[in-house]
Amino acid sequence: MIKTEYKEVRPFTPGWVALAGGLGAVIVAALAAVWTMEHQGHWVTGMTNQVVWGMPHVFAVFLIVAASGALNIASVGSVFGRAPYQPLGRMSGLLAIALLAGGLAVLVLDLGRPDRLFVAMTHFNFKSIFAWNVILYSGFFGVVAAYLWTMMDWRAKAFYKPAALAAFVWRLILTTGTGCIFGFLVAREAYGAAVMAPLFIAMSFAYGLAVFILVLLFVAKTTRRPLGDQLLTRLVRLLGLFVAANLYFLALHHVTQLYFAGRGAVESYILTGGGIYTTLFWGGQVALGGIFPLIIAFGGCGHAVRKRSAMASALVVLGGLAQVYVLIIGGQSWPLDLFPGMEATSSFADGRIHAYVPTVLEIVLGIGGIGIFGFIVLVGVTALRLLPTDLGDSVAESDNMC
Amino acid sequence: MTELSRRHLILASGAILLVSPAQAGQPASAAKRWGLLIDTRKCATDCTVCVDACKSEMGLSGHDRPLTDAQYIRKVDVKDPATGNAHSLPVMCQHCAKPACVDVCPTGASMKRADGIVLVDRHICIGCRYCMMACPYKARSFAHEEQTGQKPYLPRGKGTVEGCTLCVHRIDDGRLPACVEACAAKAKGAMLFGDLKDPTSEIAKRVAAEATTRIRADLGMEPGVRYQGI
Repeated sequence: MIKTEYKEVRPFTPGWVALAGGLGAVIVAALAAVWTMEHQGHWVTGMTNQVVWGMPHVFAVFLIVAASGALNIASVGSVFGRAPYQPLGRMSGLLAIALLAGGLAVLVLDLGRPDRLFVAMTHFNFKSIFAWNVILYSGFFGVVAAYLWTMMDWRAKAFYKPAALAAFVWRLILTTGTGCIFGFLVAREAYGAAVMAPLFIAMSFAYGLAVFILVLLFVAKTTRRPLGDQLLTRLVRLLGLFVAANLYFLALHHVTQLYFAGRGAVESYILTGGGIYTTLFWGGQVALGGIFPLIIAFGGCGHAVRKRSAMASALVVLGGLAQVYVLIIGGQSWPLDLFPGMEATSSFADGRIHAYVPTVLEIVLGIGGIGIFGFIVLVGVTALRLLPTDLGDSVAESDNMC
Repeated sequence: MTELSRRHLILASGAILLVSPAQAGQPASAAKRWGLLIDTRKCATDCTVCVDACKSEMGLSGHDRPLTDAQYIRKVDVKDPATGNAHSLPVMCQHCAKPACVDVCPTGASMKRADGIVLVDRHICIGCRYCMMACPYKARSFAHEEQTGQKPYLPRGKGTVEGCTLCVHRIDDGRLPACVEACAAKAKGAMLFGDLKDPTSEIAKRVAAEATTRIRADLGMEPGVRYQGI
């Protein structure tokens, strides 16, 4: 058995300083956007009383969903005993924590009263899936931190497997909870389906792995650590599998919707006549984020595996953002049906498609979440021994998963 | 605005007699279930008396931004595309017995009193807007900006969610909700307020004797607002 050596990233090199400075600038810009939004009120954003969740929620949900997916590499290595993935377990845990922190930061900073975060942590309505998510998200930090501890401290080796299993189960429940935020909305025709939970799990698998691969490629290149093609081949095939699962649940959701006569109109809107949402659905999430990565992952393109994995992962991230945008914004743009079968109009925009145009403030806040994620990763790999010195293929040869 | 006539005055004063005041310092009683019965056949399309009364009572001055200004009550014009039949009705918080907004609220800021009135505790609302996502009636608004001209009985603040309180401050004082009072005084008295659990109340007698409908009754939230003529 080959012993994996881990080493911190050397800080304060020109590249390190440039990256830290860039990420810091992104975070400062996001905080400036938050200050403007909270000082002026949300009327300066594109969000209204009709489209109540906007671009910050798209970024937040993407990051939170990706967080649980990013932990999969560690889980595959420890829970399912796949040796090639084990050296990457620590990085997987770090990315999971960083992605969740970035997503939650965006979510909290978009609140009408972010200063009342303490209230959210001390007042719980246990019938609310939102309240359950507060517990699940907080617990995720603790569970993954403990899992990381067992990976890094040989004295805690006895707890390695139980911690891995706990983290794996926790991440499944967590993503189920995130999906249920939408699945439990009975009045919103675009949501309100139990399939939201497994759909979100499939989304998390794909997004999380895509982010993981992109970070892995970036780290390998910038810190000059060897990265094996065999490992990348496995990862990109695994990504293809997750993308296929996402497409499967997506198709299941829409076919179910189409089957219900009462939901034909909202389906027709999203799939054919929804303007930007239809474009993003077919062009963004299905083509860019689904079909193209599938083709790339399973060999329909002649590029080297490093390039293929980068392309497929980038496409999954872009397609994922499009998917969450269509889900959150597109779903809300469809009016609530107070009087089924009737035409309704009012001064409160009843019965008509709700417009939403994201503002720069919202986009900057959302990108700030990515900045927070990047900054935590940078600090993490600098302060702790999370990255293997060698990601060569020698450790991968015994595995036969993909 | 319709001029106040003797008939309207009598209607309004008669309506006031329907409500008995709550005992000061006493909690809301589960023995009561406050509700509304709205006869849309008396509700003219161009009439906004109830809406205007609500704005005045609640101090909803607005910022001339229709997409982000609060609307506790609105007139919805409904038309059957198959027959052309059209009518108009006021829609506000339906004060459901099983309110989705209360279920989803993470902090418990969305809450239902024992007497069925659904409210937002503005002190613990964090402004997440999940209740707005969950409400099938689009009855809630988000305070998108700094508010001025607040009333002592209705704390309103930027960054929190708000909606119709059924004029709880008036009810606890033995008075009618502002919309009901104004409709009786200045319009055709299309709105009837009262205790649905009290078999002797006018509203309980009417809903027992006449056909009434609840908006999206299929969702099972058991709204406290009933309609006739839709």
